[in-house]
Amino acid sequence: MLQILFDALSLGSLYALGALGIALIFGVMRLVNFAHGDVIAFCVFALLWPSTDAMAIVFAGQLPWYLLVPFVLLCGAGLSVLCEIIVFRRFRQANPATMMIASFALGFVIRYFLLMLFSSRPKSISLLPELSQPVEILGARLPLLQLITIVTTMVILIGLTLFLRQTRFGLEMRAAAENFSMARMLGVRANRVIMGAFALSGALAAAIALIFGIQTGTLDIQMGASIMLMAFIATVIGGLGSLGGAVLAGFLLGAASVIMQVMLPIDARPFRDAFVYGAVILVLLFRPQGLIAARGTKERV
Amino acid sequence: MSLLALSDITIRYSRLTAVRDVSFSMDEGEILFITGPNGAGKSSLLRAIAGVTPVAGGRIDLAGHEITGQAPENIARLGFSMVPEGRDVFGSLTTEENLLVGTGMHARERGWRSRAAGELEAVYATFPMLKERRHGQAGLLSGGQQQMLVIGRALMTNPRLVAIDEPSLGLAPNINDQVYERLIALRAQRQLTLLIVEQSSARAMMVGGRMILMRGGQIVLDGDARELGNGEAIQAAYFGYEDH
Repeated sequence: MLQILFDALSLGSLYALGALGIALIFGVMRLVNFAHGDVIAFCVFALLWPSTDAMAIVFAGQLPWYLLVPFVLLCGAGLSVLCEIIVFRRFRQANPATMMIASFALGFVIRYFLLMLFSSRPKSISLLPELSQPVEILGARLPLLQLITIVTTMVILIGLTLFLRQTRFGLEMRAAAENFSMARMLGVRANRVIMGAFALSGALAAAIALIFGIQTGTLDIQMGASIMLMAFIATVIGGLGSLGGAVLAGFLLGAASVIMQVMLPIDARPFRDAFVYGAVILVLLFRPQGLIAARGTKERV
Repeated sequence: MSLLALSDITIRYSRLTAVRDVSFSMDEGEILFITGPNGAGKSSLLRAIAGVTPVAGGRIDLAGHEITGQAPENIARLGFSMVPEGRDVFGSLTTEENLLVGTGMHARERGWRSRAAGELEAVYATFPMLKERRHGQAGLLSGGQQQMLVIGRALMTNPRLVAIDEPSLGLAPNINDQVYERLIALRAQRQLTLLIVEQSSARAMMVGGRMILMRGGQIVLDGDARELGNGEAIQAAYFGYEDH
């Protein structure tokens, strides 16, 4: 039972972090960033030396964790900010659909860039192997990593909340997310807020990359896409642009996946995702605005 | 030199021309009403000064700087503070957070924190009701309270010129009177320069000051509000009785 709870929480953590990365950017510029998943993949491959060999040549992955973590976070934030400066800045005035297509295209560019450098073969890597050791908690044997994943996610969520609530930059971001042009008329710098959102979102992508890389031990240039899909769905269920909603829905999706994995009859288990998506449709039928509707997207009264 | 000067401003929304060759200027300390019927281009003009609506032609100068085509955040830094139509309160933020958003742009200056705290107290002194609700969600305030909040918010940036778009919109007449009472008191207190857009010219005649009347994207009258109010020209301008 406890095992299921921890499985749900750790899978939900990944989805929640992913959803948060998407919701942050959607909040400030109404962009659904489909390149987010490829930023995750990029961060994972930043651990390796570029080569198309089947054997992974570990580069940054050898670093001790206290250097490894900041390195990967910086990679994510850096790439994400670069995407903003080179691509998305030109689309500020474009309509959301155009921006979305641009993000798709950008995602493919990143993915094929990785393909060129690393080939499409999945590579195995053993990152911080000491984290795979099981620990015993209340009679359940859990991998240490699962615990760290959950704790890290909680720390990130609390940290982000404090940042948004207590700092001047956080206040400006929240104001901009709700009404961008009004915030600008009060002197909030558009570029700074948007770049801040991209940096945060990229760092979140990097956090996912690290957790995922350590968890699975295989690196695949497609890996970002699957998390991205679930994370995107979580942002929609949560109410696009609502950060709290994105996190909540991320955890719900994680829980739904794990519970169905356990509860479904054996024959139906391969179709687990179909059931999860079915549940998603049901939720959206009853709450098309999402679980927690965001202010900025709601009609003004 | 005038604080604000517009020359030959034209604003277009794709094919539609909302404002055509409008020129006027404002001096420090002046109160100017821009009035006129719906669709006269009043709001477009304000939004163009604020930098959120692009101009198709002409030039705008504020406090000795050309601001045509500048970003809204830079225009705000020159001392222009806008209260848009519909108020645009940040509904998910608290009352106090709403007030503080605009103080960030002075963060590079020395002592901005104590100055912002001082401004906050000054706004609370003018609008005690805002202090009572300081930690409440701004979206839950009533229309009149929200109007006071956005005026307070505009003052927090320590502006040289405050522009207010239709402060009366959606407010009960007595609430509206209260809003104007505070505005006039504030103006006397801080030597504010005020640019107010109103659909009706009645308020302008009551408060006094200068009035510009717009119709069809152009200025039709410009003069002292009380003097204009007694003339027939104003009726003609509103209802479009033209010489046949």
